[in-house]
Amino acid sequence: MDFLNAKDLLSFLQKNLKENIVESHLETRTAGIKKEEFHNIWLEVKREKFRDTVELLMTLQYPHIAIIAGNDNGETVDLVYLFSLFYGEKFKEISINIKVSLDREKPSIESITDLIPGAQTTEREIKEMFGVEFIGLPEMRNIFLPEDFPKDVFPFRKEQKGLDELVQKES
Amino acid sequence: MSISTYKIPIGPIHPSLAEPMTFNFEISGERIQSVDLAPGDNHRGIEFMARNRNVVQIIYLAERICGICSASHPFAFCRAVENAAGIEVPPRAEYIRVIIAELERIHSHILWAGIAAEELGFNSVLYLSWKVREEVLDLLEMLTGNRINYGMYMVGGVRRDITEEHIPQIRKTLEYYKDAYQTLEDVFLKDPSIALRTKNVGIMTYEDALHLASVGPTARASGVKKDVRQDQPYSAYADMDIKAITPDIYSGEVNGDVFDRIIVRILEVFQSVQIIEHCIDNLPDGEILSEPKIIKLLGVLKKAKGEGVGRHEAPRGEVIHYVKLNESENPEVWKARAPTYNNLMSWLPMLQRQEVADIPIVVASIDPCIGCMDRVTLVDSNTSKEQVLTREELIKLSIEKTRRILR
Repeated sequence: MDFLNAKDLLSFLQKNLKENIVESHLETRTAGIKKEEFHNIWLEVKREKFRDTVELLMTLQYPHIAIIAGNDNGETVDLVYLFSLFYGEKFKEISINIKVSLDREKPSIESITDLIPGAQTTEREIKEMFGVEFIGLPEMRNIFLPEDFPKDVFPFRKEQKGLDELVQKES
Repeated sequence: MSISTYKIPIGPIHPSLAEPMTFNFEISGERIQSVDLAPGDNHRGIEFMARNRNVVQIIYLAERICGICSASHPFAFCRAVENAAGIEVPPRAEYIRVIIAELERIHSHILWAGIAAEELGFNSVLYLSWKVREEVLDLLEMLTGNRINYGMYMVGGVRRDITEEHIPQIRKTLEYYKDAYQTLEDVFLKDPSIALRTKNVGIMTYEDALHLASVGPTARASGVKKDVRQDQPYSAYADMDIKAITPDIYSGEVNGDVFDRIIVRILEVFQSVQIIEHCIDNLPDGEILSEPKIIKLLGVLKKAKGEGVGRHEAPRGEVIHYVKLNESENPEVWKARAPTYNNLMSWLPMLQRQEVADIPIVVASIDPCIGCMDRVTLVDSNTSKEQVLTREELIKLSIEKTRRILR
Protein backbone atom coordinates (compact mmCIF):
# COMPACT_ATOMS: atom_id res chain seq x y z
CA MET A 1 0.00 0.00 0.00
CA ASP A 2 1.15 3.52 -0.69
CA PHE A 3 1.46 5.77 2.28
CA LEU A 4 0.94 9.43 1.57
CA ASN A 5 2.47 12.05 3.78
CA ALA A 6 0.21 14.67 5.30
CA LYS A 7 1.15 17.42 2.84
CA ASP A 8 0.44 15.24 -0.18
CA LEU A 9 -2.79 14.04 1.36
CA LEU A 10 -3.95 17.59 1.98
CA SER A 11 -3.13 18.69 -1.58
CA PHE A 12 -4.89 15.54 -2.86
CA LEU A 13 -8.00 16.57 -0.94
CA GLN A 14 -7.71 20.19 -2.06
CA LYS A 15 -7.33 19.14 -5.69
CA ASN A 16 -10.46 16.98 -5.57
CA LEU A 17 -12.70 19.07 -3.38
CA LYS A 18 -11.63 22.53 -4.60
CA GLU A 19 -13.97 25.27 -3.40
CA ASN A 20 -15.94 22.87 -1.20
CA ILE A 21 -13.24 23.14 1.43
CA VAL A 22 -14.16 25.98 3.77
CA GLU A 23 -10.93 25.89 5.73
CA SER A 24 -7.94 23.59 5.97
CA HIS A 25 -4.62 23.55 7.75
CA LEU A 26 -1.80 21.26 8.78
CA GLU A 27 -1.01 20.86 12.44
CA THR A 28 2.64 20.13 13.21
CA ARG A 29 3.56 18.32 16.40
CA THR A 30 6.74 16.83 17.75
CA ALA A 31 7.27 13.74 19.84
CA GLY A 32 10.08 12.23 21.85
CA ILE A 33 13.46 13.56 22.93
CA LYS A 34 14.58 13.85 19.31
CA LYS A 35 11.51 16.05 18.60
CA GLU A 36 10.46 14.07 15.56
CA GLU A 37 7.83 15.93 13.58
CA PHE A 38 4.48 14.64 12.42
CA HIS A 39 1.44 16.32 10.93
CA ASN A 40 -2.30 16.14 11.35
CA ILE A 41 -4.93 17.55 9.03
CA TRP A 42 -7.80 19.82 10.03
CA LEU A 43 -10.43 20.28 7.39
CA GLU A 44 -13.75 22.04 7.21
CA VAL A 45 -15.99 21.02 4.32
CA LYS A 46 -19.42 22.03 3.13
CA ARG A 47 -22.22 19.88 4.47
CA GLU A 48 -23.28 18.64 1.02
CA LYS A 49 -19.78 17.42 0.19
CA PHE A 50 -19.04 15.63 3.45
CA ARG A 51 -20.03 12.20 2.17
CA ASP A 52 -17.95 12.71 -0.96
CA THR A 53 -14.97 13.56 1.25
CA VAL A 54 -15.32 10.27 3.11
CA GLU A 55 -15.67 8.41 -0.20
CA LEU A 56 -12.51 10.14 -1.37
CA LEU A 57 -10.65 8.93 1.72
CA MET A 58 -11.91 5.43 1.05
CA THR A 59 -10.14 5.37 -2.30
CA LEU A 60 -6.84 5.65 -0.39
CA GLN A 61 -7.40 3.28 2.53
CA TYR A 62 -10.32 2.17 4.65
CA PRO A 63 -10.52 5.07 7.14
CA HIS A 64 -10.81 4.44 10.85
CA ILE A 65 -13.46 6.57 12.51
CA ALA A 66 -12.81 7.32 16.16
CA ILE A 67 -15.78 9.46 17.09
CA ILE A 68 -17.87 12.47 16.16
CA ALA A 69 -17.54 15.38 18.56
CA GLY A 70 -20.54 17.69 18.59
CA ASN A 71 -20.68 21.34 19.58
CA ASP A 72 -23.70 23.58 19.77
CA ASN A 73 -22.19 27.07 19.71
CA GLY A 74 -25.51 28.89 19.77
CA GLU A 75 -25.66 29.63 16.04
CA THR A 76 -24.73 26.37 14.37
CA VAL A 77 -24.28 22.77 15.41
CA ASP A 78 -20.71 21.80 14.52
CA LEU A 79 -19.65 18.21 14.12
CA VAL A 80 -16.00 17.18 14.11
CA TYR A 81 -15.41 13.73 12.66
CA LEU A 82 -12.13 12.29 13.93
CA PHE A 83 -10.68 9.97 11.28
CA SER A 84 -7.30 8.36 10.95
CA LEU A 85 -5.61 6.86 7.90
CA PHE A 86 -2.52 4.74 7.16
CA TYR A 87 -1.98 2.63 10.26
CA GLY A 88 0.75 0.02 10.50
CA GLU A 89 4.07 1.87 10.50
CA LYS A 90 5.81 4.31 12.77
CA PHE A 91 4.80 7.96 12.23
CA LYS A 92 2.85 7.07 9.09
CA GLU A 93 -0.61 7.46 10.54
CA ILE A 94 -2.35 10.77 9.85
CA SER A 95 -5.26 12.08 11.87
CA ILE A 96 -7.84 13.82 9.72
CA ASN A 97 -10.35 15.89 11.62
CA ILE A 98 -13.23 16.92 9.39
CA LYS A 99 -15.53 19.66 10.57
CA VAL A 100 -19.03 20.24 9.26
CA SER A 101 -21.32 23.11 10.25
CA LEU A 102 -25.04 22.39 10.38
CA ASP A 103 -28.07 24.61 10.62
CA ARG A 104 -29.09 24.81 14.27
CA GLU A 105 -32.86 24.84 13.67
CA LYS A 106 -32.97 21.71 11.58
CA PRO A 107 -29.55 20.04 11.57
CA SER A 108 -29.20 17.15 9.16
CA ILE A 109 -26.38 15.36 7.37
CA GLU A 110 -26.00 12.20 5.33
CA SER A 111 -25.17 9.08 7.28
CA ILE A 112 -21.94 7.25 6.50
CA THR A 113 -22.95 3.97 8.14
CA ASP A 114 -23.29 2.28 4.75
CA LEU A 115 -19.67 3.17 4.01
CA ILE A 116 -18.30 2.56 7.50
CA PRO A 117 -20.65 0.40 9.62
CA GLY A 118 -18.58 1.17 12.71
CA ALA A 119 -19.88 4.76 12.66
CA GLN A 120 -23.31 3.66 13.83
CA THR A 121 -22.76 4.03 17.57
CA THR A 122 -21.40 7.54 17.34
CA GLU A 123 -24.04 8.72 14.83
CA ARG A 124 -26.77 7.44 17.11
CA GLU A 125 -25.21 9.25 20.05
CA ILE A 126 -25.02 12.57 18.19
CA LYS A 127 -28.58 12.06 16.95
CA GLU A 128 -30.06 11.82 20.44
CA MET A 129 -27.72 14.26 22.20
CA PHE A 130 -27.82 17.08 19.62
CA GLY A 131 -30.93 16.27 17.59
CA VAL A 132 -28.99 15.93 14.36
CA GLU A 133 -30.84 13.98 11.69
CA PHE A 134 -28.62 11.43 9.94
CA ILE A 135 -30.19 10.68 6.57
CA GLY A 136 -30.00 6.96 5.92
CA LEU A 137 -29.13 5.85 9.44
CA PRO A 138 -30.66 2.35 9.70
CA GLU A 139 -31.05 2.22 13.47
CA MET A 140 -33.16 5.07 14.85
CA ARG A 141 -33.64 3.95 18.46
CA ASN A 142 -31.90 5.71 21.33
CA ILE A 143 -28.59 4.23 22.33
CA PHE A 144 -27.64 5.95 25.59
CA LEU A 145 -30.84 7.75 26.55
CA PRO A 146 -33.83 5.75 27.76
CA GLU A 147 -36.47 4.86 25.19
CA ASP A 148 -39.09 7.04 26.92
CA PHE A 149 -36.88 10.16 26.96
CA PRO A 150 -38.76 13.23 25.60
CA LYS A 151 -38.30 13.43 21.83
CA ASP A 152 -37.78 17.20 21.71
CA VAL A 153 -35.14 17.48 24.42
CA PHE A 154 -31.51 17.20 23.37
CA PRO A 155 -29.29 17.11 26.46
CA PHE A 156 -26.10 18.49 24.89
CA ARG A 157 -27.72 21.56 23.30
CA LYS A 158 -26.72 24.91 24.78
CA GLU A 159 -30.10 25.64 26.34
CA GLN A 160 -29.96 22.53 28.51
CA LYS A 161 -28.73 23.37 31.97
CA GLY A 162 -29.02 19.97 33.61
CA LEU A 163 -31.31 18.36 36.07
CA ASP A 164 -31.86 21.24 38.50
CA GLU A 165 -35.52 21.90 37.77
CA LEU A 166 -36.41 18.23 37.72
CA VAL A 167 -34.52 17.51 40.90
CA GLN A 168 -36.31 20.36 42.65
CA LYS A 169 -39.68 19.00 41.55
CA GLU A 170 -38.87 15.49 42.72
CA SER A 171 -37.77 16.64 46.13
CA MET B 1 -41.66 -29.36 13.24
CA SER B 2 -41.21 -25.62 13.25
CA ILE B 3 -38.02 -23.94 14.35
CA SER B 4 -38.71 -21.58 17.22
CA THR B 5 -36.36 -18.90 18.39
CA TYR B 6 -36.02 -17.74 21.95
CA LYS B 7 -35.41 -14.25 23.21
CA ILE B 8 -32.79 -13.89 25.95
CA PRO B 9 -32.27 -10.47 27.48
CA ILE B 10 -29.06 -10.29 29.51
CA GLY B 11 -28.36 -7.38 31.78
CA PRO B 12 -28.30 -4.51 32.41
CA ILE B 13 -27.02 -4.04 35.92
CA HIS B 14 -24.46 -5.92 37.87
CA PRO B 15 -22.40 -4.03 40.39
CA SER B 16 -19.14 -5.97 40.03
CA LEU B 17 -17.49 -4.01 37.20
CA ALA B 18 -18.08 -0.87 35.17
CA GLU B 19 -20.45 -0.46 32.24
CA PRO B 20 -23.75 -2.23 32.80
CA MET B 21 -25.11 -3.35 29.49
CA THR B 22 -28.12 -5.18 28.08
CA PHE B 23 -27.91 -7.85 25.40
CA ASN B 24 -31.04 -9.13 23.72
CA PHE B 25 -30.30 -12.49 22.17
CA GLU B 26 -32.44 -14.31 19.68
CA ILE B 27 -31.55 -17.98 19.98
CA SER B 28 -32.56 -21.14 18.24
CA GLY B 29 -31.80 -24.22 20.32
CA GLU B 30 -28.35 -23.59 21.74
CA ARG B 31 -27.21 -21.25 18.97
CA ILE B 32 -27.40 -17.46 18.89
CA GLN B 33 -29.22 -16.15 15.81
CA SER B 34 -28.95 -12.43 16.39
CA VAL B 35 -27.87 -9.95 19.02
CA ASP B 36 -29.20 -6.53 19.90
CA LEU B 37 -27.18 -4.25 22.15
CA ALA B 38 -28.75 -1.74 24.51
CA PRO B 39 -26.12 0.20 26.45
CA GLY B 40 -26.71 3.44 28.33
CA ASP B 41 -27.50 2.31 31.84
CA ASN B 42 -24.27 3.77 33.07
CA HIS B 43 -24.38 7.07 31.19
CA ARG B 44 -23.33 9.53 33.87
CA GLY B 45 -23.18 12.69 31.75
CA ILE B 46 -19.53 13.27 32.61
CA GLU B 47 -18.98 15.54 29.59
CA PHE B 48 -22.01 17.54 30.70
CA MET B 49 -20.63 17.90 34.21
CA ALA B 50 -17.39 19.20 32.73
CA ARG B 51 -19.18 22.26 31.34
CA ASN B 52 -18.98 23.87 34.77
CA ARG B 53 -15.41 22.87 35.49
CA ASN B 54 -12.05 24.27 34.52
CA VAL B 55 -9.36 22.24 32.79
CA VAL B 56 -7.52 21.17 35.92
CA GLN B 57 -10.75 20.04 37.57
CA ILE B 58 -11.64 18.01 34.49
CA ILE B 59 -8.41 16.00 34.77
CA TYR B 60 -9.74 14.46 37.98
CA LEU B 61 -13.15 13.94 36.42
CA ALA B 62 -11.52 12.20 33.45
CA GLU B 63 -9.59 10.00 35.82
CA ARG B 64 -12.87 8.72 37.19
CA ILE B 65 -14.39 7.69 33.87
CA CYS B 66 -12.92 4.25 34.41
CA GLY B 67 -11.48 2.62 37.50
CA ILE B 68 -9.18 0.31 35.60
CA CYS B 69 -7.82 2.67 32.94
CA SER B 70 -7.52 5.54 35.35
CA ALA B 71 -4.24 6.66 33.78
CA SER B 72 -5.43 6.51 30.18
CA HIS B 73 -8.16 9.13 30.24
CA PRO B 74 -6.17 11.86 32.03
CA PHE B 75 -3.21 11.05 29.76
CA ALA B 76 -5.29 11.57 26.61
CA PHE B 77 -7.06 14.60 28.06
CA CYS B 78 -3.83 16.33 29.06
CA ARG B 79 -2.41 15.68 25.58
CA ALA B 80 -5.54 17.17 24.00
CA VAL B 81 -5.28 20.32 26.14
CA GLU B 82 -1.54 20.61 25.47
CA ASN B 83 -2.18 20.33 21.74
CA ALA B 84 -4.96 22.91 21.90
CA ALA B 85 -2.99 25.42 23.97
CA GLY B 86 0.48 24.65 22.58
CA ILE B 87 2.06 23.61 25.88
CA GLU B 88 5.38 21.74 25.79
CA VAL B 89 5.96 18.87 28.19
CA PRO B 90 9.44 18.34 29.74
CA PRO B 91 11.12 15.08 28.58
CA ARG B 92 11.35 13.61 32.07
CA ALA B 93 7.59 13.99 32.50
CA GLU B 94 6.99 12.25 29.17
CA TYR B 95 8.95 9.24 30.41
CA ILE B 96 7.19 9.12 33.77
CA ARG B 97 3.83 9.32 31.99
CA VAL B 98 4.73 6.29 29.90
CA ILE B 99 5.99 4.32 32.91
CA ILE B 100 2.69 4.82 34.73
CA ALA B 101 0.62 4.04 31.62
CA GLU B 102 2.53 0.81 30.99
CA LEU B 103 2.33 -0.30 34.62
CA GLU B 104 -1.40 0.18 34.26
CA ARG B 105 -1.44 -1.98 31.15
CA ILE B 106 0.26 -4.82 33.05
CA HIS B 107 -2.32 -4.77 35.81
CA SER B 108 -5.27 -4.38 33.44
CA HIS B 109 -4.27 -7.27 31.16
CA ILE B 110 -3.62 -9.63 34.07
CA LEU B 111 -6.91 -8.61 35.67
CA TRP B 112 -8.63 -9.45 32.40
CA ALA B 113 -6.86 -12.80 32.16
CA GLY B 114 -8.12 -13.69 35.61
CA ILE B 115 -11.68 -12.75 34.74
CA ALA B 116 -11.53 -14.75 31.51
CA ALA B 117 -10.37 -17.79 33.48
CA GLU B 118 -13.23 -17.36 35.92
CA GLU B 119 -15.74 -17.25 33.08
CA LEU B 120 -14.38 -20.57 31.91
CA GLY B 121 -14.64 -22.09 35.37
CA PHE B 122 -11.01 -22.04 36.45
CA ASN B 123 -11.25 -20.21 39.73
CA SER B 124 -7.77 -21.29 40.80
CA VAL B 125 -6.38 -19.48 37.73
CA LEU B 126 -8.30 -16.36 38.76
CA TYR B 127 -6.59 -16.44 42.15
CA LEU B 128 -3.21 -17.08 40.57
CA SER B 129 -3.53 -14.21 38.07
CA TRP B 130 -4.75 -11.73 40.61
CA LYS B 131 -1.93 -12.71 42.94
CA VAL B 132 0.50 -11.94 40.12
CA ARG B 133 -1.31 -8.62 39.57
CA GLU B 134 -0.83 -7.51 43.19
CA GLU B 135 2.88 -6.80 42.66
CA VAL B 136 2.26 -4.07 40.11
CA LEU B 137 -0.48 -2.51 42.22
CA ASP B 138 1.94 -2.35 45.16
CA LEU B 139 4.48 -0.67 42.91
CA LEU B 140 1.90 1.85 41.68
CA GLU B 141 0.96 2.58 45.26
CA MET B 142 4.59 3.23 46.09
CA LEU B 143 5.07 5.53 43.09
CA THR B 144 1.81 7.45 43.19
CA GLY B 145 0.22 6.85 46.58
CA ASN B 146 -2.78 5.03 45.17
CA ARG B 147 -3.56 1.61 43.79
CA ILE B 148 -6.00 3.11 41.29
CA ASN B 149 -6.82 6.75 40.38
CA TYR B 150 -3.15 7.69 40.55
CA GLY B 151 -3.55 11.47 40.25
CA MET B 152 -0.25 11.63 38.35
CA TYR B 153 -1.17 13.52 35.22
CA MET B 154 -1.28 17.29 34.95
CA VAL B 155 -1.42 19.59 31.95
CA GLY B 156 2.23 20.14 31.10
CA GLY B 157 3.70 17.16 32.91
CA VAL B 158 3.22 14.92 35.92
CA ARG B 159 2.63 15.72 39.57
CA ARG B 160 5.10 13.35 41.23
CA ASP B 161 8.65 12.47 40.36
CA ILE B 162 10.23 9.03 40.22
CA THR B 163 13.30 9.29 42.42
CA GLU B 164 16.48 7.22 42.75
CA GLU B 165 14.98 5.31 45.69
CA HIS B 166 12.12 4.08 43.51
CA ILE B 167 14.29 2.60 40.76
CA PRO B 168 15.46 -0.62 42.56
CA GLN B 169 11.86 -1.48 43.46
CA ILE B 170 10.70 -0.92 39.87
CA ARG B 171 13.48 -3.18 38.60
CA LYS B 172 12.58 -5.83 41.15
CA THR B 173 8.95 -5.76 40.02
CA LEU B 174 9.98 -6.00 36.37
CA GLU B 175 12.12 -9.06 37.16
CA TYR B 176 9.10 -10.56 38.91
CA TYR B 177 7.00 -10.11 35.77
CA LYS B 178 9.67 -11.60 33.56
CA ASP B 179 9.45 -14.74 35.68
CA ALA B 180 5.67 -14.55 35.84
CA TYR B 181 5.46 -14.45 32.05
CA GLN B 182 6.47 -18.11 31.97
CA THR B 183 3.71 -18.98 34.43
CA LEU B 184 1.12 -17.01 32.47
CA GLU B 185 2.21 -18.60 29.21
CA ASP B 186 1.99 -22.10 30.71
CA VAL B 187 -1.40 -21.47 32.25
CA PHE B 188 -3.12 -19.60 29.41
CA LEU B 189 -1.38 -20.50 26.17
CA LYS B 190 -0.20 -24.07 26.70
CA ASP B 191 -3.14 -25.45 28.65
CA PRO B 192 -5.24 -27.72 26.42
CA SER B 193 -8.56 -27.06 28.17
CA ILE B 194 -8.33 -23.26 27.73
CA ALA B 195 -7.43 -23.85 24.09
CA LEU B 196 -10.46 -26.14 23.67
CA ARG B 197 -12.84 -23.56 25.10
CA THR B 198 -11.43 -20.55 23.28
CA LYS B 199 -10.13 -21.68 19.88
CA ASN B 200 -12.60 -21.03 17.05
CA VAL B 201 -14.97 -19.31 19.48
CA GLY B 202 -16.13 -15.72 19.00
CA ILE B 203 -14.37 -15.16 15.69
CA MET B 204 -14.05 -11.70 14.18
CA THR B 205 -12.49 -11.49 10.74
CA TYR B 206 -9.95 -8.92 9.58
CA GLU B 207 -12.57 -7.22 7.39
CA ASP B 208 -15.09 -6.99 10.23
CA ALA B 209 -12.49 -5.50 12.53
CA LEU B 210 -11.72 -2.81 9.96
CA HIS B 211 -15.32 -2.08 9.01
CA LEU B 212 -16.56 -1.92 12.59
CA ALA B 213 -13.67 0.38 13.56
CA SER B 214 -12.45 -1.94 16.32
CA VAL B 215 -9.48 -0.84 18.40
CA GLY B 216 -6.88 -2.28 20.70
CA PRO B 217 -6.21 -5.96 21.37
CA THR B 218 -9.63 -6.79 19.90
CA ALA B 219 -8.57 -5.44 16.50
CA ARG B 220 -5.00 -6.72 16.75
CA ALA B 221 -6.19 -10.27 17.49
CA SER B 222 -7.97 -10.12 14.12
CA GLY B 223 -4.74 -9.16 12.41
CA VAL B 224 -5.20 -5.37 12.18
CA LYS B 225 -1.78 -3.98 13.07
CA LYS B 226 -3.17 -0.87 14.71
CA ASP B 227 -1.58 0.63 17.79
CA VAL B 228 -1.28 4.35 18.47
CA ARG B 229 2.08 3.75 20.16
CA GLN B 230 3.32 2.47 16.81
CA ASP B 231 1.32 4.48 14.28
CA GLN B 232 1.56 7.96 15.75
CA PRO B 233 3.98 7.65 18.67
CA TYR B 234 3.93 10.26 21.41
CA SER B 235 5.75 10.94 24.68
CA ALA B 236 8.54 8.42 25.26
CA TYR B 237 7.05 5.93 22.78
CA ALA B 238 8.54 8.00 19.96
CA ASP B 239 12.05 7.10 21.17
CA MET B 240 11.35 3.39 20.99
CA ASP B 241 10.53 1.02 18.21
CA ILE B 242 7.19 -0.41 19.18
CA LYS B 243 5.47 -2.96 17.02
CA ALA B 244 1.78 -3.77 17.24
CA ILE B 245 1.38 -7.30 18.59
CA THR B 246 -0.70 -9.68 16.51
CA PRO B 247 -1.23 -13.37 17.37
CA ASP B 248 0.85 -14.65 14.43
CA ILE B 249 3.99 -13.58 16.33
CA TYR B 250 3.29 -16.41 18.77
CA SER B 251 1.26 -19.01 16.91
CA GLY B 252 2.11 -18.23 13.29
CA GLU B 253 -1.51 -17.69 12.28
CA VAL B 254 -4.36 -15.23 12.79
CA ASN B 255 -7.78 -16.68 13.54
CA GLY B 256 -9.40 -13.73 15.27
CA ASP B 257 -10.88 -15.96 17.99
CA VAL B 258 -10.90 -15.64 21.77
CA PHE B 259 -7.63 -17.57 22.04
CA ASP B 260 -5.91 -15.00 19.80
CA ARG B 261 -7.13 -12.23 22.08
CA ILE B 262 -5.55 -14.06 25.03
CA ILE B 263 -2.25 -14.35 23.11
CA VAL B 264 -2.19 -10.63 22.29
CA ARG B 265 -2.80 -9.58 25.88
CA ILE B 266 -0.29 -11.99 27.43
CA LEU B 267 2.40 -10.87 24.96
CA GLU B 268 1.58 -7.22 25.62
CA VAL B 269 2.30 -7.70 29.32
CA PHE B 270 5.82 -8.65 28.36
CA GLN B 271 6.05 -5.79 25.84
CA SER B 272 5.09 -3.37 28.62
CA VAL B 273 7.88 -4.73 30.82
CA GLN B 274 10.38 -4.00 28.04
CA ILE B 275 9.00 -0.49 27.51
CA ILE B 276 9.28 0.35 31.22
CA GLU B 277 12.82 -1.04 31.29
CA HIS B 278 13.77 1.22 28.38
CA CYS B 279 12.20 4.22 30.12
CA ILE B 280 14.09 3.62 33.38
CA ASP B 281 17.40 3.12 31.59
CA ASN B 282 16.97 6.32 29.60
CA LEU B 283 15.09 8.48 32.10
CA PRO B 284 16.15 12.08 31.30
CA ASP B 285 16.90 14.62 34.03
CA GLY B 286 15.07 17.85 34.47
CA GLU B 287 11.73 19.34 35.38
CA ILE B 288 8.55 17.31 35.64
CA LEU B 289 6.10 20.15 35.06
CA SER B 290 6.22 22.97 32.54
CA GLU B 291 4.28 25.23 34.92
CA PRO B 292 4.21 24.12 38.57
CA LYS B 293 1.89 26.92 39.71
CA ILE B 294 -1.65 25.80 38.94
CA ILE B 295 -3.16 29.29 39.21
CA LYS B 296 -0.68 30.53 36.61
CA LEU B 297 -1.41 27.53 34.40
CA LEU B 298 -5.15 28.20 34.59
CA GLY B 299 -4.46 31.80 33.65
CA VAL B 300 -2.67 30.64 30.50
CA LEU B 301 -5.44 28.19 29.63
CA LYS B 302 -8.09 30.87 30.16
CA LYS B 303 -6.51 32.90 27.38
CA ALA B 304 -5.92 29.95 25.05
CA LYS B 305 -7.92 29.40 21.92
CA GLY B 306 -7.80 26.32 19.74
CA GLU B 307 -8.72 22.72 19.20
CA GLY B 308 -6.73 19.69 20.17
CA VAL B 309 -6.95 15.93 19.94
CA GLY B 310 -5.22 13.68 22.43
CA ARG B 311 -4.73 10.01 21.70
CA HIS B 312 -3.38 7.28 23.89
CA GLU B 313 -3.24 3.52 23.54
CA ALA B 314 -5.02 2.32 26.68
CA PRO B 315 -5.00 -1.36 27.69
CA ARG B 316 -8.30 -1.87 25.85
CA GLY B 317 -7.47 0.20 22.79
CA GLU B 318 -7.22 3.76 21.63
CA VAL B 319 -8.56 6.46 23.95
CA ILE B 320 -9.22 9.71 22.12
CA HIS B 321 -10.12 13.07 23.61
CA TYR B 322 -11.18 16.18 21.72
CA VAL B 323 -10.93 19.55 23.46
CA LYS B 324 -11.89 23.00 22.21
CA LEU B 325 -10.67 25.97 24.21
CA ASN B 326 -12.29 29.31 23.55
CA GLU B 327 -10.75 31.96 25.81
CA SER B 328 -12.95 31.12 28.73
CA GLU B 329 -12.71 29.54 32.17
CA ASN B 330 -14.11 26.20 31.02
CA PRO B 331 -13.40 24.37 27.77
CA GLU B 332 -16.12 24.89 25.17
CA VAL B 333 -16.18 21.23 24.14
CA TRP B 334 -14.77 18.12 25.71
CA LYS B 335 -15.45 14.80 24.07
CA ALA B 336 -13.96 11.64 25.51
CA ARG B 337 -14.08 8.30 23.81
CA ALA B 338 -13.23 5.05 25.54
CA PRO B 339 -12.17 1.99 23.53
CA THR B 340 -15.16 -0.14 24.46
CA TYR B 341 -17.36 2.41 22.68
CA ASN B 342 -15.82 1.38 19.37
CA ASN B 343 -15.61 -2.27 20.27
CA LEU B 344 -19.34 -2.50 21.07
CA MET B 345 -20.18 -3.35 17.48
CA SER B 346 -17.49 -6.06 17.43
CA TRP B 347 -19.75 -8.21 19.55
CA LEU B 348 -22.23 -8.59 16.71
CA PRO B 349 -20.09 -10.78 14.41
CA MET B 350 -18.40 -12.46 17.39
CA LEU B 351 -21.61 -13.69 18.97
CA GLN B 352 -23.23 -14.90 15.74
CA ARG B 353 -23.84 -18.67 15.77
CA GLN B 354 -22.23 -19.11 19.19
CA GLU B 355 -23.58 -21.30 21.97
CA VAL B 356 -25.32 -19.80 25.00
CA ALA B 357 -22.63 -21.28 27.25
CA ASP B 358 -20.00 -19.36 25.28
CA ILE B 359 -21.65 -15.95 25.85
CA PRO B 360 -19.62 -15.14 29.01
CA ILE B 361 -16.21 -15.79 27.47
CA VAL B 362 -16.99 -14.14 24.11
CA VAL B 363 -18.42 -11.04 25.79
CA ALA B 364 -15.43 -10.93 28.15
CA SER B 365 -12.96 -11.40 25.31
CA ILE B 366 -13.08 -7.75 24.20
CA ASP B 367 -12.29 -6.81 27.82
CA PRO B 368 -15.39 -4.81 28.67
CA CYS B 369 -17.11 -5.42 31.92
CA ILE B 370 -18.67 -8.77 32.13
CA GLY B 371 -20.59 -7.34 35.05
CA CYS B 372 -23.75 -7.10 33.04
CA MET B 373 -24.35 -10.82 33.20
CA ASP B 374 -26.78 -10.17 35.97
CA ARG B 375 -30.05 -11.74 35.05
CA VAL B 376 -31.07 -13.78 32.06
CA THR B 377 -34.67 -14.30 31.07
CA LEU B 378 -35.44 -17.08 28.64
CA VAL B 379 -38.75 -16.53 26.85
CA ASP B 380 -40.17 -19.21 24.61
CA SER B 381 -41.86 -17.24 21.85
CA ASN B 382 -44.41 -20.01 21.17
CA THR B 383 -45.59 -20.74 24.69
CA SER B 384 -44.55 -17.45 26.33
CA LYS B 385 -43.03 -19.54 29.07
CA GLU B 386 -40.51 -17.55 31.10
CA GLN B 387 -37.43 -18.83 32.75
CA VAL B 388 -35.05 -16.60 34.64
CA LEU B 389 -31.34 -17.36 34.73
CA THR B 390 -29.04 -15.53 37.10
CA ARG B 391 -25.44 -14.64 36.41
CA GLU B 392 -24.39 -17.60 38.56
CA GLU B 393 -26.47 -19.99 36.50
CA LEU B 394 -25.08 -18.65 33.24
CA ILE B 395 -21.55 -19.07 34.52
CA LYS B 396 -22.56 -22.54 35.74
CA LEU B 397 -23.54 -23.36 32.16
CA SER B 398 -20.13 -22.20 31.02
CA ILE B 399 -18.35 -24.21 33.72
CA GLU B 400 -20.35 -27.31 32.88
CA LYS B 401 -19.28 -26.98 29.26
CA THR B 402 -15.63 -26.89 30.32
CA ARG B 403 -16.12 -29.97 32.48
CA ARG B 404 -17.87 -31.75 29.61
CA ILE B 405 -14.98 -31.04 27.29
CA LEU B 406 -12.41 -32.17 29.84
CA ARG B 407 -14.14 -35.48 30.48
